[in-house]
Amino acid sequence: MEGFIKKNWWKLLGVAFILYSIIAGFLIEVPDLPIIRQSIRNLFFHVVMWFSMMVMFGTSLVRSLRYLSTFDIKHDVYAIQSVNVGLFFGMIGIVTGMEWANFTWGTPWTNDPQLNGAAITILAYFAYLVLRRSIDEENKRARIAAVYNVFAFVMLIVFIGILPKLSDGSLHPGKGGSPMTVTNLDFTMRLVFYPAIAGWIIVGYWLTGIRVKMDTIRQHLDNPE
Amino acid sequence: MLLSEIKFLVLKDIKLEFKQRYAINGILLYVVSTIFVSYLSFARIIDSATWNSLFWIIMLFAAVNAVSKSFVQESTSRQLYYYTVASPQAIILSKMLYNFMLMGVLSLLCLLVFTSLMGEFVVNYPLFISALLLGSFGFASALTMIAAIASRTNNNFALMAILSFPVVMPLLLTLMKVSSAALSVGTMAGNIKYLAALLMLNVIVIALSYVLFPYLWRD
Repeated sequence: MEGFIKKNWWKLLGVAFILYSIIAGFLIEVPDLPIIRQSIRNLFFHVVMWFSMMVMFGTSLVRSLRYLSTFDIKHDVYAIQSVNVGLFFGMIGIVTGMEWANFTWGTPWTNDPQLNGAAITILAYFAYLVLRRSIDEENKRARIAAVYNVFAFVMLIVFIGILPKLSDGSLHPGKGGSPMTVTNLDFTMRLVFYPAIAGWIIVGYWLTGIRVKMDTIRQHLDNPE
Repeated sequence: MLLSEIKFLVLKDIKLEFKQRYAINGILLYVVSTIFVSYLSFARIIDSATWNSLFWIIMLFAAVNAVSKSFVQESTSRQLYYYTVASPQAIILSKMLYNFMLMGVLSLLCLLVFTSLMGEFVVNYPLFISALLLGSFGFASALTMIAAIASRTNNNFALMAILSFPVVMPLLLTLMKVSSAALSVGTMAGNIKYLAALLMLNVIVIALSYVLFPYLWRD
């Protein structure tokens, strides 16, 4: 039992953070802002998904770069599984965001730079998955997918990081005319928001680890030495 | 060394083009017939926002078509030969340079045919043309790299579109913003930040391709 906790304490920590963010997220007092009202609690679920997604895609980028410098296939397996987990977070982020937008803006989808950025990011990583499927040989697939991963990530960082600053603003809080920004986020909300991010990122790494193990076993079963 | 290699490779591409001639004529015909189809379906009554979107959509598809065969028109054995005589950097940069020229000609022709058929909406020509040229260079460089990636797969043409659309989207949206300014009251000075962003995108893509292409090339 002690060995189990020593080895897996970070997984328990991640689960604890998420449980805490769900329970506290529904129970704490939140500032009553116009239009957003109580739906501001979605911050603990929706925004957190994007943070976790970007961390997973960032991890995948690092793994791809490491693959290109070492040509160790292990990094490629981590790169693809990080993308899979990141896409999972991204899809939940889109669904929770559309629900929230339907409630506050009156429509599930608007022509907003951040929405478009999210959609394009997800399209690019689905394209990455299709690219991988269309190359048979393992090492070639790993190399070419890594190149596309680096190329697409840099272009998307440009897209998400720079272009919204050039445009006329977004409906999202803190941009344009909306009342709340992350910098003046209520203190009690931060007490829930930051643990929620940490929790989901930890669980993201845990999921990646499990998927990597599954992938390794599957490959081993396909061609036993 | 690199420069002379690039010069030879670009001249080789141009000579090959003049000898075969079907590729460039094909893409020019593609642009003209697409514009003609939209002329027939819209019948001239369109506002400047529609003009702008239609123009850039046609440009995007023309660019994907023009650049997609950069790495597949020559046989693999001849590519192997280039690999032994030239550095990978020279190969990607020469392909980009060649596609710059191709896209430059293509975009100006597209503008000419589009304005004559769909009506003249451009107010500020210097701004529009500088955006057009920077944009077509951006298309050329980003799509050359994507074409190099797609050419290594079993499914070149479908993948070319899937892989390139997310990557050129930042470019396309910035371009549409500048050109819609050029269709109304926009000035050169007021839009200089967008032109700078386009130039920066070009620089980023070229630098990335220079670093990443060697990994694609060897097999």
